[in-house]
Amino acid sequence: MLDSICVYCRYVSISIRSQMQYKASFVMMTVGHLLTTAIEFLALWALFARFGSLRGWTLAEVALFYGMINVAFAVAEAVARGFDTFPAMVKSGEFDRLLLRPRSTVLQVAARELQLMRVGRLVQGLVVLLWAAAALDVTWTMQKVVLAVATVLAGTCLFYGLFVLQATVAFWTIESLEIMNTVTYGGVETAQYPLVIYRPWFRRFFTFVVPLACVNYFPVLAILDRPDPLGAPIALQWIAPAGGFVFLFLCLQGWKIGVRHYRSTGS
Amino acid sequence: MIAYWAILSARFRALLQYRAAAAAGFGTQLFWGLIRVMIFGAFYQSSNAVQPMSYQDVVSYVWLGQAMILLVLFRPDVEVQEMIRSGTVAYEMLRPLDVYLVWFTRAVAMRTAPVLLRAVPMFIVAGLLLGLKAPASPQAACLWALSTAMAVLLSAAIGTLMTVSMLWTIAGDGIGRLVPAATFILSGMIVPLPLFPDWAQPVLNFLPFRGLADVPFRLYTGHIAPAEGVAALAHQLAWTVALIALGRWLLVRGMRRLVVQGG
Amino acid sequence: MPHIVAENLVKTFHIAQRRPGIWGAFRGLVHRRHRTVRALDGVSFSVEPGELIGYIGPNGAGKSTTVKVLSGILVPDGGSCRVLGYVPWRQRIETVRRIGVVFGQRTQLWWDLPVVESFELLRDIYRVPAGEHRQSLDELIELLDLGPLLDVPVRQLSLGQRMRCDLAASLLHAPELLFLDEPTIGLDAVSKLAVRDFIRRLNRERGVTVILTTHDMDDIEELCSRVMVIAEGRILSDGPLESLRAQVTRERWLIVDLVDPDEEVTDPDAEIIRRDGERVCLRFDPSRTRPAELIARVTANHAIRDLFVQDPPIEQIIARLYEERQS
Repeated sequence: MLDSICVYCRYVSISIRSQMQYKASFVMMTVGHLLTTAIEFLALWALFARFGSLRGWTLAEVALFYGMINVAFAVAEAVARGFDTFPAMVKSGEFDRLLLRPRSTVLQVAARELQLMRVGRLVQGLVVLLWAAAALDVTWTMQKVVLAVATVLAGTCLFYGLFVLQATVAFWTIESLEIMNTVTYGGVETAQYPLVIYRPWFRRFFTFVVPLACVNYFPVLAILDRPDPLGAPIALQWIAPAGGFVFLFLCLQGWKIGVRHYRSTGS
Repeated sequence: MIAYWAILSARFRALLQYRAAAAAGFGTQLFWGLIRVMIFGAFYQSSNAVQPMSYQDVVSYVWLGQAMILLVLFRPDVEVQEMIRSGTVAYEMLRPLDVYLVWFTRAVAMRTAPVLLRAVPMFIVAGLLLGLKAPASPQAACLWALSTAMAVLLSAAIGTLMTVSMLWTIAGDGIGRLVPAATFILSGMIVPLPLFPDWAQPVLNFLPFRGLADVPFRLYTGHIAPAEGVAALAHQLAWTVALIALGRWLLVRGMRRLVVQGG
Repeated sequence: MPHIVAENLVKTFHIAQRRPGIWGAFRGLVHRRHRTVRALDGVSFSVEPGELIGYIGPNGAGKSTTVKVLSGILVPDGGSCRVLGYVPWRQRIETVRRIGVVFGQRTQLWWDLPVVESFELLRDIYRVPAGEHRQSLDELIELLDLGPLLDVPVRQLSLGQRMRCDLAASLLHAPELLFLDEPTIGLDAVSKLAVRDFIRRLNRERGVTVILTTHDMDDIEELCSRVMVIAEGRILSDGPLESLRAQVTRERWLIVDLVDPDEEVTDPDAEIIRRDGERVCLRFDPSRTRPAELIARVTANHAIRDLFVQDPPIEQIIARLYEERQS
């Protein structure tokens, strides 16, 4: 286990070094990414300036949703990049080489790249999150802080799972499914606002199929001490982040099935 | 002139072939549009005050945005980018064609075929199922069509300007990353411009970006009355001309610089 | 204990067939038609430690599929096999830790990294202790003359240099069994010799078992004591090279360069198999006709500029073998 971490770190340091080779370009990319993602919050703020509230939610409350989901997604984007570019590996036959090494395929694919540029989204998300945390009329008890951290981690796991799922499809279709982008990027867009404002079928999809609600909506309700307008019990709100971890676990099982399929049908 | 037309039609045909990619993005866009419509709906429910735009107009605006989105998504002209990187761009100067016009024509082509491929199905689906209303009046429809044509030229002018900026590698890189984001929000693609705070309106009205989306969409919905249509079109035209002039001027300087640097 | 025991390996591929045209594409979404290819149709053989075996056959015969099954990449549909005591597709990690595989056309090194960094990364992946790694690496650097290449990014290497680095990379973890899939393909003559020399020493001095897949018959002639021939998923022949030659009908070739390119050539004991202008290729059975007699007759009856006798090329032998099995 420990030396798997060592191998992972070695891969990652190689990836980071190669990205830092062109410093100016890297800074530009990161700043660009920060601005591209920050305009979403700009829009949110403008709408609040115009309308004053969102079905009873204040700007600071919505900002908490926004900040947490953006931080979670940014980390996932950075760390799951290896899966994002995975379909090319299947196409080129490079995946065979991974099977010839005495290491798990997940480790080898995951470790390929750590995309530093995503720090752009991370920074703007963190700024919004910290502002919201300060601006809100909420007592930050130890439990709430732990819940917040767990929520962000669970969110990262959820998105990581989605990236793994997207890559797993490549074992069957060789091309990547664009439609998965709908769920990852669309998911981020959706979760920036409290789930209650969407139509029922939408809410249900993002609660039971892709449990976005578990890694954003429910826990944040608990932090805000708000009862759920849809009636979910408070206990659920506190344990909801577990959904993110379970989702990742399931996606990794799906990956194993994908590898098994690859190994029986060949390429 | 025939040469430019040939370039335009060749690119048009080539771009029509990327059908598979078109289908995938369509689903994502439907999703996006739906989210935005729901979000705006929730905001409109939150306030009884009279808003600068009605909710129905906002819904149409959103779907028009999804239909015409490719006018606002700036991607660098990869072939030209490659030419600049490898240095073969110098050969462009040897050809008996106006380089700016060639690049501009390519930019126009990049904004016609793909846009049509995306817009037609989006109009059909959004119009039948998702609340996109018909144009407010025949005059509105005419003005919208004219304005959209202007938007294509304006978008091409901005795009060519970005391509020209690639002659300065670092600056070009930066501009390539910052401009698209700014353009996207300032054209109204995320939030309809009238919904931005009142103090921001003068700035938004001055900048060229509203000509890419906000102007044609509001002509369509009648939010900009036909009487004011001419002024809106003039705004688009003026900026297009200005940006073309800027682009040509920068191109000359950029090429000169490239030659001086040797490469 | 044999290093490899394969029994009746069977592997079938189902290749989806694309239908032409747009209508075909739509139908293809609903109902897929498949073409069945029997890549392995009952392949059996065993390999003792220290052998250097050539594995040859026409394209699509099943050579790569065999290597993939033996190395654990592919799961066969039937049959069994043991590699170094393990079932490769069930005990992938254990198997892969003790074998090395080199693909001639695809490198296992990291494209943008200097060669030495690839080696270090592999050391960590294979968990090779630092001291062992240092020693192996030094030896390999010397044997393959890799010194000047260590700091060069892999993408800047020539094909021959890359192959030498790939060979070293595959041996860093001291595998007992090495699969080489077309290692000399595309290499210049000098590099080929260097690679062959290295393989020979590896096998003779260190006892590494080598399975060499190749299309280059010179590789076989130079290196392999034992040759397996596979065609259409079946092993047609398995044994020493000489007996392979002898297995097919005895024949030798007489190549003759005539002075007059239009001259007719006939002989009661020889058959013309090919004619390129002045060069005539005659086939005869050396057990019935002594080569010296045939040469004497031909030179007496025709004006000859040059001639030589040779064994038929291996491709011919394989083709013959295949024909014979068919009938």
